[in-house]
Amino acid sequence: MTHQNSNWDLSPAPESTGHISLKEHYGVFIDGEFRTPDHGNRFQSINPATGEVLAEITESSSQDVDRAVAAARAAYEGEWSKMGGRERGKYLYRLARMLQEKSREFAVIESLDGGKPIRESRDVDVPLAAAHLFYYAGWADKLSYAFPNRNPQPIGVAGQIIPWNFPLLMAAWKIAPALATGNTVVLKPAETTSLTALKLAELIQEAGFPPGVVNVVTGHGDVGAAIVKHDDVDKVAFTGSTEVGKLIQKSIAGTNKRCTLELGGKAANIVFDDAAIDQAVEGIVNGIYFNQGHVCCAGSRLFVQESIHDQLIEKLKHRMSTLIVGDPMDKNTDVGAINSREQLATIEQYIEVGKQEGAEFYQAECQLPEAGFWCRPTLFTDVAQSNRIAQEEIFGPVLAVQTFRTVAEVIKKANNTPYGLSAGVWTDKGSKIFNMTAQMKAGVVWANTYNLFDPTSPFGGFKESGFGREGGLHGLSAYLEI
Amino acid sequence: MQGLEMVLSMIDLTTLEGMDTEGKVKQLCYKAQHLHDSIDGLPTVAAICVYPNFVGLAKRCLAGSGINVASVATAFPSGNSSLEIKLADVSMAVSEGADEIDMVISRGRFHRGEYNFVFDEIAAVKAACGEARLKTILETGELGSLDKVRLASDIAIAAGADFIKTSTGKIQPAATMPVTLVMLEAIRDHFQKTGLMVGMKPAGGISKSKLALHYLIMVKETLGDAWLDPKWFRFGASSLANDVLMQIAKQRTGAYQAANYFAID
Repeated sequence: MTHQNSNWDLSPAPESTGHISLKEHYGVFIDGEFRTPDHGNRFQSINPATGEVLAEITESSSQDVDRAVAAARAAYEGEWSKMGGRERGKYLYRLARMLQEKSREFAVIESLDGGKPIRESRDVDVPLAAAHLFYYAGWADKLSYAFPNRNPQPIGVAGQIIPWNFPLLMAAWKIAPALATGNTVVLKPAETTSLTALKLAELIQEAGFPPGVVNVVTGHGDVGAAIVKHDDVDKVAFTGSTEVGKLIQKSIAGTNKRCTLELGGKAANIVFDDAAIDQAVEGIVNGIYFNQGHVCCAGSRLFVQESIHDQLIEKLKHRMSTLIVGDPMDKNTDVGAINSREQLATIEQYIEVGKQEGAEFYQAECQLPEAGFWCRPTLFTDVAQSNRIAQEEIFGPVLAVQTFRTVAEVIKKANNTPYGLSAGVWTDKGSKIFNMTAQMKAGVVWANTYNLFDPTSPFGGFKESGFGREGGLHGLSAYLEI
Repeated sequence: MQGLEMVLSMIDLTTLEGMDTEGKVKQLCYKAQHLHDSIDGLPTVAAICVYPNFVGLAKRCLAGSGINVASVATAFPSGNSSLEIKLADVSMAVSEGADEIDMVISRGRFHRGEYNFVFDEIAAVKAACGEARLKTILETGELGSLDKVRLASDIAIAAGADFIKTSTGKIQPAATMPVTLVMLEAIRDHFQKTGLMVGMKPAGGISKSKLALHYLIMVKETLGDAWLDPKWFRFGASSLANDVLMQIAKQRTGAYQAANYFAID
């Protein structure tokens, strides 16, 4: 009667890549056209899971940036800022729909270029990017309702610099509110992940946007610096490290440039003894191992009430042992490739620091592929606020666990950081949630969930995590003279 | 295929109706042994599940087949009777030869917060089971929240249940994936603490192969491969078997056959 099972392990389920179209090399997107600059400087965009070259990308010169800003200015002074909100909205709706239609191609390219699991690019990055475009498309003709008794006007040319962790999503977060409010854009994607921004530029072209409304220049940090310093840029929006955010603030000091910064974080994820523990474990895993921990709002500091510490850590380790680390294109993969060799080196350095500081080290056992950049989900227990791994943003799958005893203590510790982007609270008790959220110095506080995003909800930081909000009504005001 | 055959081998083929007759039980027993004779090499179901007064008959019909006879007992499905009557119910089924007893917990007492009573009752029934394995039905559709499901699971496991089971099949909702996951987690936590395995039986509402496979994946991911065995996991279902047979036939022949080709005992 007993039916013996043999092997119930998951078979590989790779998403196919045959359906995508990538050019061998990409120029810059200026004034509605892809242009290959004469200087011919290029760099390679590689797949961090294999090391394979995906395409060659243009290293823009300062002349390219000049041309992009000039095109954006001309488009702004031309029809875009004068166009009725309803018409602008139509362009954005069209772009959102086209992105949905090509969602599979975008998801595959995002995973190839950035190393994130296809499950995430397919279910999170691309749908959320489309949702942001839809959401702000809806505001385009309702700005006077968003700001009653005001006369909201666009600012001008927005220089937008985005990071490598959510390349397409960050492009959508930046472009959608800027265009809905009548600004024009010069966008610079991160050097390791330019492809989906360039594909988005193709869509913008196909959607028939007026030339120059969105321009995309690619390259390394000095291209971003050229945008920030450009005299004809009216507004700078940056998502990235706190270090670069400070440089940007210095370089625009004394100008009338408007600025919003979304920077680093070292979020406290707090689990009380009355929490649903299995649910909290899922939230902890989602908080720190989502997107290999390359998330500015990652729950990288876990605070566990001392009475449930041992039980929770045991469950967490068990859960970590079931995470599938490997090929980002496999639909079963939970944790993909580290985005770049440089980032892997940074993470490994922090893991070394954690060990040297004497924290107890644990990594889930798993086979890692040979090529590419990989890091096992990592856990440090016996950590204190004084540990560097509890103070500095690692931006990788490394969780630092501390214990606490009282509500007052954990609030103090959670706020004891220069950052203030996000936090999480896990408890069965509603009153505790409201008490915690009111006292937490963080832009987003999740209760009994983590890393949950919605275009209607503003996102942004306190303290050195930046200023200004993206998403929601608040996201509009960053692009308007009100 | 492997999964589909495993599902078949884990089914408790069930008839629990007021209008059950000898004829009905005999037909069910025949079906249990001959799921679909035109396909070779099929496993049998794990057990058939009947009321106590049909245990003797079922035992005779299934003699030598290796299929267990499970009997509901303890004033199934409401459980509203005295402990003496419930124990007599169990003893009758066991003396008739039941291999497994599916008891119901006293949900009224549970809702009154009389957890000790619920615990003692399960422990007493377990003692009355003797060699028979005890499945404890929580009737999760009457418990009201997942927290209560977890509490009832912990009580049943602590009181000695060999299996915990979601539902009688008489109350909607019956088995659902969230409820089953909570119960599986209770089993997992007990195993991690004590090293002792407890079985799981979702019952009612699982009538399609695909859903059954989803359950098996959930079992594998929550408890591991050891539970992928009829000894530790069962489906309480009456119509699931035919859908699985239909899928197996489709896998073998490449074409779906009409429902009329599958016997409906």
